[in-house]
Amino acid sequence: MSFNIRNYFDDLSKGDVVIAYKGSITSDLINDVLEAVEKKLDEVNAEGKTRKKLYNVLVESLQNLYHHIEETHEGIEEELDPKFGVLVIAREDGEYKVITGNFVNSSKIKYLKEKIDKINSLNKDELKDMYKFILNHQKLSAKGGGGLGLVDIARKTGSKLVYSFYNYNDNYYFFNLEIKI
Amino acid sequence: MIEGTPKTPSVKFDPEKGVIEIKGRSIPENSIEFYKPLVDWLEHYGKSPLNKTLVNVQLEYFNTSSSKCILDVFKKLEAIHKANHDVVINWFYEEDDEDMLEAGEDYESIIRVPFKMIEIDD
Repeated sequence: MSFNIRNYFDDLSKGDVVIAYKGSITSDLINDVLEAVEKKLDEVNAEGKTRKKLYNVLVESLQNLYHHIEETHEGIEEELDPKFGVLVIAREDGEYKVITGNFVNSSKIKYLKEKIDKINSLNKDELKDMYKFILNHQKLSAKGGGGLGLVDIARKTGSKLVYSFYNYNDNYYFFNLEIKI
Repeated sequence: MIEGTPKTPSVKFDPEKGVIEIKGRSIPENSIEFYKPLVDWLEHYGKSPLNKTLVNVQLEYFNTSSSKCILDVFKKLEAIHKANHDVVINWFYEEDDEDMLEAGEDYESIIRVPFKMIEIDD
């Protein structure tokens, strides 16, 4: 059975949801989400530390989507927006959860899986070393992506990066990433 | 002088006094574009810098894209310091912001320039 975006999104949108978005990931969207979340955190009087962590995860995961999502995808339903991505922020058992989703070319899966598994295997000090190494040795891509986003999220939240790849068609999978704050 | 925006910090550079200030939030998607002028100015300033250059960095938050560009800025400063023109970097962080303090310590361990960690009381 092939992966169905609508069902996937509907499932995610159940429960205590702060934001549920599917569509183009643009610079404006990122601004709007950050503003809306800051406002919401004000309203519920969220604790300072939680705020900063949630903000950090949002900035980095949204900018990851922004940098890594391809403009259009071969063989993917035309009704999906260019630079299509999914963002859901939910509350569960008093914790915030940030979920992002995007299409990934099959050729990139191995690299991504290895990278995340590696990050998940490191302790706090090792993550710091990895961060510093990449910071000092890797060049920024033309669009400003640096290879640091996932490491930074893992380091700051202390959480494991939980992920799944759903087979969409021959060329693409849908990559789902979940981060607990 | 670059004015601050919701996504980018204000940048002040006084070459006559040798004082540089970066203040605010740094979360542009493409930080290279934003930081390029500062990196270029430093390159130029580095040709005949003052005997002492003071750099004040007071960032509330910066994304990973910015962290690389900030490193590039610090590397230019390191070159100036190595050529025997003193540089001091004042790294400001808010009370209880361990992440920002740690970020300053990360840079301090990579860059051969004296850093001062300065806590700001809320």
